[in-house]
Amino acid sequence: MTTPVLEARGLSRSFGHVRALDDVDFEVYPGEVTALIGDNGAGKSTLVKALSGNLALDSGVIKFEGDEIQLTNPQQASALGIETVHQDLALAPHLDPVQNMYLGREIMNKGLGGFFGTMNTKEMARESRRAFDELGATVRSLTSPVGSMSGGQRQAIAIARAVHWANKVVFLDEPTAALGVRQTKNVLETIRRVRDKGIAVVFISHSMPHVIEVSDRVQVLRLGHRAASIDTKDTSMEELVGLMTGASTRNAA
Amino acid sequence: MSDDVRDADIKKAEFGQEAGPETTSINAAVEREQKSRVPRIFKAQAFQILLVLIVIVIIFSIAAPDTFAQLSNLRLVVQNASILAVLGVGMTFIIITSGIDLSVGSVLVFSGVVAAIVMRAMGGSDWGTATVGIIVSILSGLAWGTFNGILISKAKVPPLIVTLGSLGMALGLAQILTGGVDIRNVPAVLTTTIGYGNILGGIPIISVIALVFVLIGAFVLHKTKFGLYTYAVGSSEEAARRVGVKVDRHLIKVYALSGGLAGVAGILSLSQFSTTAIAGQSQTNLNVIAAVVIGGTSLFGGYGTIFGTVVGLFIPAVLQNGFVITGVQPFWQQVAVGAVLIAAVYVDQLRRASAARGASTSLWSHFFRRNKK
Repeated sequence: MTTPVLEARGLSRSFGHVRALDDVDFEVYPGEVTALIGDNGAGKSTLVKALSGNLALDSGVIKFEGDEIQLTNPQQASALGIETVHQDLALAPHLDPVQNMYLGREIMNKGLGGFFGTMNTKEMARESRRAFDELGATVRSLTSPVGSMSGGQRQAIAIARAVHWANKVVFLDEPTAALGVRQTKNVLETIRRVRDKGIAVVFISHSMPHVIEVSDRVQVLRLGHRAASIDTKDTSMEELVGLMTGASTRNAA
Repeated sequence: MSDDVRDADIKKAEFGQEAGPETTSINAAVEREQKSRVPRIFKAQAFQILLVLIVIVIIFSIAAPDTFAQLSNLRLVVQNASILAVLGVGMTFIIITSGIDLSVGSVLVFSGVVAAIVMRAMGGSDWGTATVGIIVSILSGLAWGTFNGILISKAKVPPLIVTLGSLGMALGLAQILTGGVDIRNVPAVLTTTIGYGNILGGIPIISVIALVFVLIGAFVLHKTKFGLYTYAVGSSEEAARRVGVKVDRHLIKVYALSGGLAGVAGILSLSQFSTTAIAGQSQTNLNVIAAVVIGGTSLFGGYGTIFGTVVGLFIPAVLQNGFVITGVQPFWQQVAVGAVLIAAVYVDQLRRASAARGASTSLWSHFFRRNKK
């Protein structure tokens, strides 16, 4: 079997008396969609925070392409090619899609203009347009503030931004939660395209049909512990729901 | 298993059919945008405020063509607004970050006092002494701004409280340094040039200096990464932080900028009035904030222009001047400016509400094109 691009062994984290993560194992393979599911409070978001450098761990080991790493901040994860799309998207509503795309990573002008801090807006707009087109994202205006756009468009921009900068792993925290039927379809299609680029996608969702439709592997969390890790083609919605609620069990392979 | 596959197939079929409403609404919006004959710039709130200013100017010009509508009078208005314009540049940056700086007037006074004391101690009245005074004044302003910025970003004390505190501290220290008596010996090279000197046959030097700061401010705000980060921090601090923008450091820089500009204004004020005018700046902060807000900058952050601030400055200035000339009690100026201020914030609220609905962000359509919907 290939080396997981990102691997976690025995992660634990407590908040007071609550063990949000209890000796969790987790692995993500390149070019695969890994669904991460679990009931509310199962530790999904905590795990994603830990793996994207947003949360310190009590114990456990994180390996990136086989080498042990310490993730202490999100920028470090970004430098490794790991990006996260949070549920709240973390876009600046007054900025346009291009500005959001390149915020913190602006392309500066060369020469005198760059010395005075001006940005190469043309190139950023061109690259953003290319990135949106590549994902089939329907961003109609590159100059309107994203705050004026629909939830679907904002989601598309947030995902496109993550994919644009990630070349290894993208975490998507409930990307379809607030979307209509058509935008959901676009997001799932986007996930497939990202996977086909060879990037590992971690897809967190409460929607079992979406999980079954798009993922290659499902990892089930229950009460801060991994309840199962199974190939999607070997399971069913009923079994996944059973694993999430504890009604059925399986070996965490 | 087979059930699930069929389920997915059904979903796909549904998705295919559901392609309608969303795309049509977007297309319609795009079409509407393209069809609109009103260019983008005219939709900006700053432009609408400019129309208000033009209307005011026209009214006064008709009422007093011989006195108001004269070049010399225009020159006076511009000259009087110059110091506020320098302060307004810094205030625009700060309000775009969703902050506030109440201390600008006091920092102006403090910087002027320190510069005046240093220049008096040096004893000269040549450009060497004046240059030292200018540098001292700017450094003093920068120091106060940095002090504000560190308390706001690192100690997490709200900007309103920090700058209210430094307002009192700067003014108090200025009075301690002078014993409450204004210093009146300002080097003549400052008063005769910056103070009331003219170039190019009648353009006040102080206004040219202000214009330079306005243009540089507009360039930095609208064209550089520093300006973009200012909008980003005001729009969503969290979003900026997550992509690696050093939010704390940026806030310190923005407050330092405002303080530094207050230092510049300190030397301008010293030159213009030939005195430290300790008691003369108690309303300055509110006047500057009103101008910025009237100019369309949102108190909630993330939105605003330097151009708007300049227009916003001239509305109170023109009203004041016009009322005096036309013989209306000048106290009406305060009433009128108050009303304009409230109207401007109301308009900002409308704009934000319609932006939140995902509708057109233009007030133009709100007021003028409602019937066509």
